[in-house]
Amino acid sequence: MTEPRPKIVGFCCERHGMDAVVLAARSGKQFEVSVRLVQVPCTGRVDGMHILRSLEEGADAVFVLGCLEKNCYYDTGSIEGRKRVGYVKQMLSELGLEKERVEMFNAASSNSWVFPEIVAKMVEVVRKFGPVGGEKR
Amino acid sequence: MIVAKRKPLNEIAEMLAPYKKVTIIGCRSCVAICLAGGEKEVKMLVSALKIKNKRDGRKQQIEGTVVERQCEKEWVQEIEDEILDSDVTLSMACSLGAQTIGDMYPKHLTFPGLNTGIFGVPEEQGVWSENCVGCGNCIIHTTGGICPIARCAKSMLNGPCGGSANRKCEVNLEVDCAWSAIYDRLKLQNRLDLIESVTPAKDWSASHSGGRRVIVREDAKLTQHQKKGKGVT
Ligand code: SF4
Ligand code: SF4
Repeated sequence: MTEPRPKIVGFCCERHGMDAVVLAARSGKQFEVSVRLVQVPCTGRVDGMHILRSLEEGADAVFVLGCLEKNCYYDTGSIEGRKRVGYVKQMLSELGLEKERVEMFNAASSNSWVFPEIVAKMVEVVRKFGPVGGEKR
Repeated sequence: MIVAKRKPLNEIAEMLAPYKKVTIIGCRSCVAICLAGGEKEVKMLVSALKIKNKRDGRKQQIEGTVVERQCEKEWVQEIEDEILDSDVTLSMACSLGAQTIGDMYPKHLTFPGLNTGIFGVPEEQGVWSENCVGCGNCIIHTTGGICPIARCAKSMLNGPCGGSANRKCEVNLEVDCAWSAIYDRLKLQNRLDLIESVTPAKDWSASHSGGRRVIVREDAKLTQHQKKGKGVT
């Protein structure tokens, strides 16, 4: 029986975040995971509500990918994004859940290596902790 | 406004653990503004608890809803079915909301999801400071508009105390000395004579010490006849 693939949700800003993803995709690299990307205008628009809802609805891990902090298209959007991720991490910790399931990343458009690295890191987290409500994968 | 803070989530989860059906109720007024118990916070809490239950394999039905003002019966009445249909209600309003639900449905369990903190003002985004403790007998016209009861650690009426130094309070050097601020404000207003005059002991009878306080505005109350007409008992 094949192992179920880790389910990962990524909120990516439509600026540097998505550009970096597209660049990585052009390289033709295949991923052994299910990564569902949600394009948002800015990671400052991502709310803790969206991240938690993703985990509630079945994601094993969630990441947020925005512009580099000093080069954010909307100036401070990715700083906001990081704060939201931090708040969710704190909520998960308070409940004794793994805060590592949620992570913030930053990239410049030209950083083709970032997306594969993010996927690898989140897969590692899921392999370590398993799905939220079940056996280890 | 009333400023509150969410209880630690493990405390909330523990409180709710024995119950099968939970309704979480937020409030769109003060606690929504101070980011403690508005619609968004309710949604996040519902999600977080569901994730925890999924992890623990606990079967529990959790619903979230929000009312305009939980401290007013009329708004609470609108969600009566949702309240009574659950085994327990977690109020994400200040304790006034939680107690309103509790008083309306005394047999039903209503627990607090927030710790009600202060009458506060937004100092900057994400920061609220206590500026009044509701003493019932306001004196800030004599103190440059700054409340020494709430803002001085010793609630002194004739400050500053001997411990005030460099505009900071001796009780906590991170905190501004209220009386230093009062001095500056009165100086700005050319009213420094007020700081030299001795303020007699305050009449505390209007404060909390006499038990639960009630404020009545007679002309706004309904007469028995009016209550009958409105079906109020
Ligand atoms: S004097 Fe009393 S009513 Fe006035 S601000 Fe201070 S605590 Fe509030
Ligand atoms: S230092 Fe100022 S604020 Fe602190 S107790 Fe003394 S008078 Fe009050």
